[in-house]
Amino acid sequence: MELYELTISQAHKGLINREFSCLDLTKAYLERIEREDKRISAYITITEDLAVSQAKKADELISSGREVDVLTGIPLAVKDNILVSGVKNTCASKILENYLAPYDAAVIKKLKNKGAVILGKTNMDEFAMGASCENSAFFPTKNPHNIDYVPGGSSGGSAASVAANLSCYALGSDTGGSIRQPASFCGIVGLKPTYGAVSRYGLVAFASSLDQIGPLTKTAEDAKIVFKAIKGKDEMDSTSLDCSDDYRFNVLDFKIGIPKEYFIKGIEPDVEKIVKDAIGRFESLGFKIEEVSLPHTKYVIPTYYLINTSEASANLARYDGIKYGLSRNDRDDLIDVYLRTRGEGFGREVKRRIMLGTFALSSGYYDAYYLKAQKVRTLIKQDFERAFEKVDFILSPTSPTPAFKIKEKVTDPLSMYLCDVFTAPVNLAGLPSISIPIGFSNELPVGLQLTAKPFKEDIILEAAQFYQKNE
Amino acid sequence: MISHQEVKHIAKLARLGLNEDDFDAFQKDITDILNYFDLLKEVDASRIDPSFSVIEKYPNVLRKDEEKPQLIETTNKLVEAAPEEKDRYIKVKTILK
Repeated sequence: MELYELTISQAHKGLINREFSCLDLTKAYLERIEREDKRISAYITITEDLAVSQAKKADELISSGREVDVLTGIPLAVKDNILVSGVKNTCASKILENYLAPYDAAVIKKLKNKGAVILGKTNMDEFAMGASCENSAFFPTKNPHNIDYVPGGSSGGSAASVAANLSCYALGSDTGGSIRQPASFCGIVGLKPTYGAVSRYGLVAFASSLDQIGPLTKTAEDAKIVFKAIKGKDEMDSTSLDCSDDYRFNVLDFKIGIPKEYFIKGIEPDVEKIVKDAIGRFESLGFKIEEVSLPHTKYVIPTYYLINTSEASANLARYDGIKYGLSRNDRDDLIDVYLRTRGEGFGREVKRRIMLGTFALSSGYYDAYYLKAQKVRTLIKQDFERAFEKVDFILSPTSPTPAFKIKEKVTDPLSMYLCDVFTAPVNLAGLPSISIPIGFSNELPVGLQLTAKPFKEDIILEAAQFYQKNE
Repeated sequence: MISHQEVKHIAKLARLGLNEDDFDAFQKDITDILNYFDLLKEVDASRIDPSFSVIEKYPNVLRKDEEKPQLIETTNKLVEAAPEEKDRYIKVKTILK
């Protein structure tokens, strides 16, 4: 087995048993990136010097004989909307093309304190708006399973880096599926924690009532390791909270719910079959399964996109050509600076969402669109609350299809939005959710989504781990 | 169908400098998307409260209104990130003429 194929826990064992050094491990990844990333294009920036110096520090720590963390010396990739001090943070946008992060995000600070090794920053849909990584202002990322296909998005670079062994694990962000859907398309594990479980200090804001940071990993066991390392209350993010993690339960006591509205139409038959087989596998492992109802499912996409675009239009008002980033300021006219900076700096999808959100929040339309969406959001949330009175977690496909071809959906924004039908309701309700690989359709991976009540990451992490151990 | 004039008005509110081709493209896209969003009209949510915050147990987070010490290096980095600065101030175009 090559060093770059190891999971976090395997690499950790190798490091503490001195089978190889952090520098060996880090160089194995850097050399592989040099060789293979031309084909995949997972990375926007490679932080070789930072990685090598962090690896040397981790080696010193390990050889000193002191007890080290399981993440010490383990190389990761970071989505390019999570700040790493002194490193470019582009959000895959021309407007931030040369922006240097002035400080570390809370999650980066936590990982650095544990001796993590940062390999680089990964490609994404511009400002995390998209489901294919094609909205990057720089280049599209390719799916490692077949480079004619998209890796999913928006954390497509992070997912592809893990799937192609260009990182041991990665961080991404998930606003409506941006961790789980690329994890599903690339055949890896992706966890979106509960809204508030992980600090977002240093994450570039997109839709603030939906955004969460989470891990993309090779196994559910690794996802648990990274989640435990980054979670918890942070005074710099007032929406963050401490959450329970007892992990002391018999996983087979949990009851599984299957939403009947999720298997009606629109799912590719192959995906439906693979998901149903996986559900059958859970049943044969001893889980009790019952049908639940999420009656407002058909309203998820309009509700999600109205809230998403409204919040985005407000958050992205900060890119004004004055404080940082691109600036077209050669004429002495303030409005002209705004118009030209934003007109040239943002890509098409970002502009489209700012336009939609501005419309939904504008005078005369606010009640009919934005407020209505927030009310329907309550109904979607209540659907889940009712379901969780009967069951402990819900199983569903992560995405209605496997990865699609590059350019297949790029000219039809609405068809791209419909990709989020199973993932977006989870963000609207603020729930924790994990996608795990369960099979292949025409050699492209298919993912299964496990969703639980707020702050019950432990349930889905244990259930996912149990499934993977008994696969 | 959203009008060309409305698209121009939204672009102005959003401070996006667009050209005529963009206006045409967005007129079509936004119309298509809003037509689909009209699905929400079937839902009677008149007696439902909006969910501006998703997790109920969030406490209000308050802090004292006081200055927090900041590393001078951090402040310098923030000022240096600005396209135009003068004497550690961020320079803005004339607002009142």
